[in-house]
Amino acid sequence: MSDVVLETRGLVKHFPARRGAVRAVDGVDLHLRRGETLGVVGESGCGKSTLARLLVALEKPTRGEIRVRGEDLTRLKGAALRRARRNIQMVLQDPYTSLNPRMTVGAIIGEPYDIHPDAVPRTGKARAVQELLDIVGLNPDHLNRYPHQFSGGQRQRIGIARALALRPEIIVCDEPVSALDVSIQAQVINLLEGLQRELGLSYVFIAHDLSVVRHISDRVAVMYLGKIVETGDHAAIYEQPTHPYTQALLSAVPVPDPRLRGRRDHIMLEGEVPSPADPPSGCRFRTRCWKAQPACADHEPLLEIRQRSPHPSACHFAEIRDVMRRF
Amino acid sequence: MTDITARLDALPGLDPRAPLLQVNDLHVEFRTRDGVARAVNGVDLWLNPGETLAVVGESGCGKSVTAQAIMGILDTPPAHVTGGEVLYRGVDLLRLPETDRRGVRANRIAMIFQDALSALNPVYTVGFQLAELFRVHRGTSRREAKRRAVELLDQVRIPDARRRVDDYPHQFSGGMRQRVMIAMALALDPEVLIADEPTTALDVTVQAQIMSLLAELQRQRDMGLILITHDMGVVADVADRIAVMYAGKVVEEAPVHDLYAHPGHAYTKALLESIPRLDFKGQPLSVIRGLPPALTDLPSGCAFHPRCAYAREICRLEPPPAYRIAPQRITSCHFVREVLGV
Repeated sequence: MSDVVLETRGLVKHFPARRGAVRAVDGVDLHLRRGETLGVVGESGCGKSTLARLLVALEKPTRGEIRVRGEDLTRLKGAALRRARRNIQMVLQDPYTSLNPRMTVGAIIGEPYDIHPDAVPRTGKARAVQELLDIVGLNPDHLNRYPHQFSGGQRQRIGIARALALRPEIIVCDEPVSALDVSIQAQVINLLEGLQRELGLSYVFIAHDLSVVRHISDRVAVMYLGKIVETGDHAAIYEQPTHPYTQALLSAVPVPDPRLRGRRDHIMLEGEVPSPADPPSGCRFRTRCWKAQPACADHEPLLEIRQRSPHPSACHFAEIRDVMRRF
Repeated sequence: MTDITARLDALPGLDPRAPLLQVNDLHVEFRTRDGVARAVNGVDLWLNPGETLAVVGESGCGKSVTAQAIMGILDTPPAHVTGGEVLYRGVDLLRLPETDRRGVRANRIAMIFQDALSALNPVYTVGFQLAELFRVHRGTSRREAKRRAVELLDQVRIPDARRRVDDYPHQFSGGMRQRVMIAMALALDPEVLIADEPTTALDVTVQAQIMSLLAELQRQRDMGLILITHDMGVVADVADRIAVMYAGKVVEEAPVHDLYAHPGHAYTKALLESIPRLDFKGQPLSVIRGLPPALTDLPSGCAFHPRCAYAREICRLEPPPAYRIAPQRITSCHFVREVLGV
């Protein structure tokens, strides 16, 4: 699989806590192909943002590998790490706090060139920044303005331009549209899709909004308490989910169509997500699962293809249930 | 202290047969150093007992300011209600003395907010804050107030209510805190509940729990609910009627099924088409071009015209009148026929 640009193996991140550790990411294997979008969904505390920070080497993993074009990011240091990072950039959630209010837009987007002076010739920096502004649909003459002079959607475009500056192959987007209004959200999603087509980018798209993820993703990974519980192409996950958590999650998402009221499969989960500092033994979802058996507490289910799950699913009792079906 | 309810029952002009809540031509502006922001520009709304009215729109459309004006909790200055009336059973709340207004709040009209952590007082236990309502508004004894606090926590299905009543807000999870806030809002049996983005900060599985709890409590109490949200999915699940707001005006009002099947305003239509769907993987999303207008400098005519695909000369020149296109449907669009495709 030479077209795999990013791959993780056994990726683990534990944060030390007063007693033991918060197991934010606890053994994640994933891969991303060239030109592809991998959606990562899950609720608060499932570890998806920690995963994002690990992928761009903002956090050091406790264990495991992150291979970008075959090279293990976790073993690199200094200049080699800096060079490798060029290829994997990030777009952050909050366009209000992720841009320095005291820097001009030109300085923000051009900062990657200060850190990587060989990326563009010194005299070409201003032009490169203007080109980036143009690519993301902003007025190239606005490079001397400050972030507060832009709306939320425009600021997110600035964040995207900054991520594109070093011509990465991979962009990790951590909730890139969740702070935006729907009409603006659509503009930014279309921009990301257009850029992917033009520049051949690969995205890891992390979001809690399952509708947005379905729209933009080729493949999807569902996370729960630090682990991927189910993964497959978007049709497999949305139309043939086999893990009970995926099924419950999908059934809880409101659909903007009042005709479906009372005609959808609603699975109401009991309780809330347990603390990642003290996850349940065996299957981590078992405390909220209606299928749980004593075996679920003893044996941790592996993420694998099963007799009744044509795509990898981490449930002993994985079985297709089309929760999107109308009845 | 028990005379609060008696006093509210004797409000001058109170008519039990009058509509539960009716807002007429409400205007609110914010006077700031940068100019006057016209946040609410002539809003009309009405609500019946047991009914759910969803007020939808994007940031800055005036939906929360409208709610705060109804509740009487706007910060003045900078906010000023410059016109209109808010009638509760025929009584104009905007002209009520502050003591009566305070009585109406919580006893008749209550509100819950998006951010329960900042709406609750961090230095008192949730039990104290709940009991305080009964002590202040009903003159209940401490012991009895606490008993009723436990009862309420039980009703909003907080497990182990008897023990949790002595916990502080930070000791609850986001979903549980939202339940505490619902308990506080419902403590004095209000007839109207205004919920301002009650589930926006919550995960979807928790959102589903909270929305189902709200629906059940509403049914039990025959309470009118105004749900303020930007989430067209949540609205489709729970609303009876919808009011769509843009730039401080209700641009369209319709029963839920009609609005989704046949939107009657260019903005509503564009908004619905720009939402990614869970139930199918669509084409590129249609986009509403441009940005919502600055409230200090609203466009002439129809405020949506600079972003509208249907706009023509008249839209720039004249504000569209409110057309009644069906018994319960009102829309303010010059090209309602084109939008409806009739």
